[in-house]
Amino acid sequence: MSVVEKLSGIEAQSNIVSDVVVRFAGDSGDGMQLTGSNFTEATAIYGNDLATFPDFPAEIRAPAGATFGVSAFQIYFGSEDVTTAGDQVDVLVAMNPAALITNVKDLVVGGLIVVDRDAFTDKNLTRAGYKANPLEDGSLDAYKIISVDITKQVVEAVKPYGLTHKFAVRCKNMWTLGLVMWLFDRSRDSAIKGLTHKFAAKPEIADANIAALNAGHSYGETAELPVGVEVYKVPPAQVASGLYRNTTGSEALSYGLLAGGQLARLPITFASYPITPASSLLHTLAGQKEFDVVTFQAEDEIAAVCAAIGASFAGSLGITSSSGPGISLKAEAISLACATELPLIIVNTQRGGPSTGLPTKTEQSDLNQALFGRHADTTLPVIASCTPSDCFDVAIEAIRIATQFTTPVIILSDGYLANASEPWLVPDFEDYEPFPVTFPTDPEGFTPANRNPDTLARIWAKPGTPGLEHRIGGIEKSFETGDISYEPENHQKMTDVRKAKIDGIARFIPAQEVSQGRPGDKLVVLGWGSTFGAIHQGVKRCRAEGLSVAHVHVRYMWPLPANLGELLASFDSVLIPEMNTGQFVEVIRSRFLVDAQRLNKVSGQPFKISEIEKAIKAQLEAVK
Amino acid sequence: MNAPVQKLTLKDYASDQEVRWCPGCGDYAILKTIQKLMPEIDTPKENTVFISGIGCSSRFPYYMNTYGFHTIHGRAPSIATGVKLSNPALDVWVITGDGDGLSIGGNHMLHVLRRNVDLQILLFNNEIYGLTKGQYSPTSSVGTRSPSTPDGSLDLPLRPCTFAIGAGARFVARTIDTEAKHMTPILKRAHAHKGASFVEIYQNCPVYNDGIFDYIKDKKSASESRLLLEHGQPMLFGEGNAKGIRFNVSKICLEVVEPGKDGVTQADIVVHDETNKVLAQMLAELKTPDFPEPIGVLYCNPTSPYNVDVYAQREAVRAKKEPANLNKLLRGGHTWKVE
Ligand code: SF4
Repeated sequence: MSVVEKLSGIEAQSNIVSDVVVRFAGDSGDGMQLTGSNFTEATAIYGNDLATFPDFPAEIRAPAGATFGVSAFQIYFGSEDVTTAGDQVDVLVAMNPAALITNVKDLVVGGLIVVDRDAFTDKNLTRAGYKANPLEDGSLDAYKIISVDITKQVVEAVKPYGLTHKFAVRCKNMWTLGLVMWLFDRSRDSAIKGLTHKFAAKPEIADANIAALNAGHSYGETAELPVGVEVYKVPPAQVASGLYRNTTGSEALSYGLLAGGQLARLPITFASYPITPASSLLHTLAGQKEFDVVTFQAEDEIAAVCAAIGASFAGSLGITSSSGPGISLKAEAISLACATELPLIIVNTQRGGPSTGLPTKTEQSDLNQALFGRHADTTLPVIASCTPSDCFDVAIEAIRIATQFTTPVIILSDGYLANASEPWLVPDFEDYEPFPVTFPTDPEGFTPANRNPDTLARIWAKPGTPGLEHRIGGIEKSFETGDISYEPENHQKMTDVRKAKIDGIARFIPAQEVSQGRPGDKLVVLGWGSTFGAIHQGVKRCRAEGLSVAHVHVRYMWPLPANLGELLASFDSVLIPEMNTGQFVEVIRSRFLVDAQRLNKVSGQPFKISEIEKAIKAQLEAVK
Repeated sequence: MNAPVQKLTLKDYASDQEVRWCPGCGDYAILKTIQKLMPEIDTPKENTVFISGIGCSSRFPYYMNTYGFHTIHGRAPSIATGVKLSNPALDVWVITGDGDGLSIGGNHMLHVLRRNVDLQILLFNNEIYGLTKGQYSPTSSVGTRSPSTPDGSLDLPLRPCTFAIGAGARFVARTIDTEAKHMTPILKRAHAHKGASFVEIYQNCPVYNDGIFDYIKDKKSASESRLLLEHGQPMLFGEGNAKGIRFNVSKICLEVVEPGKDGVTQADIVVHDETNKVLAQMLAELKTPDFPEPIGVLYCNPTSPYNVDVYAQREAVRAKKEPANLNKLLRGGHTWKVE
């Protein structure tokens, strides 16, 4: 039962609910992301399964009260497995009219709104586009409202700490957090610890924030709240036992790159150029100097990929990272790495496009670019992560393939995965099988064209090795010697061998599994990347209703798993949801000649579970 | 145990590939000079790397029996930066041209110089695009007729040494393709310099831009048109060193004077100071026919290279941190146990 059912009094005896979506929304300066992450931590400790999704504006500091400056943080938590940040919002915290007007449409009817009444001034109302004050004109009658003079309460609560009015008001987010923590019976301990740590140098600010947090909490305990609003219990979820932490995709990906480097026994040179939403990889790795990694902020995207290629040539693992527009700039250099057959990792944290598009929003529209977006015949492996924590394993897998097959590999992540967080059952690094790279040292019979007969990988000899001096480059090379060759038959042969090498990787990757349902079900929902969570829940709900639907989620986008065609043929119908206009569906249709159907969304927001559910039902109806 | 050191020769540095420049191309002379120079510098052959972009000059690495990477147009400085970051022990030479290094790769050239990555960057300046059959380049003189500018080029050319100094290069020199005697010591100095060394080499392209440097190469005109720079020496040139360069204080510029005439004395002649950046900037701007063109080291003022600083900073940070431990990293920050 959800909070709404509870709020609407359907089940008035109990204050236990199974899952809740809370969204904190305010000005980008209101500290909503910090509020959200504090609440997330307390919720994780409480033992709920959860997923979060921050949604912030592209403008760094939009004018206060502007609708385009609204920053939001959503958390979905519950007592069963949670794999998305939730469809509809149960509880909306709106710090000003702009936050209310831009978010109330996502609130479920009967949901709860918490507002700072003091922020509903004439000026703010006009700026948000309200003709009348919604707190007074009855337009919010469909919802429960806790309308508090939060600003005033906060200023009062932090008075003893002698803060200026400006700083006192800044504690508003902690007051609100205190109230929401009361509402869901969360412990304030971790937040208090965090604040003490964060403001260690300014104890009076820490104390004021903690006082605000406590004041918000006791407001909940003592104030008269609307009928039906009381403390809700969301019982802990049944999750696998072990040690957990929260992780964003970006963090897990950074750690996975470090892990992959260690497993390959290679130093890493990470070269990147700032771009939203990919920069956090560079930030994280720049802070890990105890590891065998050198980070380099290049002058542009091209220089970044080229520095990574140079590093790989010299015997390190070169990694570069960007988002779609930046990857476009790197394309020529990636082809050089294909031609010279050097290992290289390219991370694409996809965002809404084309061009600058929606830099802070998510999309999966760079699949075609990853598969085909270069000149000439340059196929390369592409793998996609499906959840924040999955980014760790995907990074390791990308490094394994790049080093074992001496090829560039593209990792597809996206803005949602990069920023969303989820609890992660922390893996034991000792469990991972190393794949150490050995560099040749013997000049006997050496040519730079030598290949591993099994993998077709070109030999990777590094400068500094006596007797192995050799030249590589972008001009076509002789299959036999590696010297420049313009021979027609040789170019055919080299093109064929480069393709055969990449195609052959299919023999070295796991067979495609079915994550829910079984081969032979009526319908399969075939997904890739960050749509995993929504598809998982959608399929789960439909299966609970007895529908014959399965979920297959592809990690190896190229080459595709060897059994995928056969597997897809076992279902009557295939549905491919994607956050683009239909890119994977075209690949699947042309590759396997199956009549796959599409479900597309490019609003910058992830799929809702209900959207997947609806599409499954429609599709099943259509094939009946 | 040290193996007996065998003295290498020019032959050891020549690869088995057929050299494919046009007959008479200035690149041959440069290649010879460098192959000859290599055994004289103290880098093991296996630690020597030549990296190039695209263009006639960029074929260079194929002809050197060292490690080499012929990359893509304009990006050699970036690739070389990656090589040097990955393995600072490697001795890395970048071979580029006026189109490769200053047009399509201008941004990378700017940044590799200001960043001071420890590389030797040799820019073969022939003031034309050779490989693509003769279009004008960013260093071509105004009025250059070429397939893309049949009525003469209009845009003002770039002066490579001016660009390099402006970008923050700490070693800037100029030499001439066929003058091995001059080039060899310049390249030795460039090699010894820690940091990015930028050497512009006047290179003749007999096919598309023949003779553009004759004024400075021909015995007859050379003394008038070149200013041979020597650190600590007065800037004299011309027949019998009859002319010199003076700093005109009121106009804040260099000017040509004749000691012994109009009250000019030897003491008025500027003494070359390689470490003076303002002087280097003024020298880089000198151009015939109004001035002789400086040949030699215009500027040398070393500072710590980027690749050295990167590792020094990493060591300093490591000294304050626990050794790397991936399992610890994964368990860092907040964790909780589910029974
Ligand atoms: S085109 Fe000019 S620069 Fe190029 S190889 Fe021929 S002569 Fe040399």
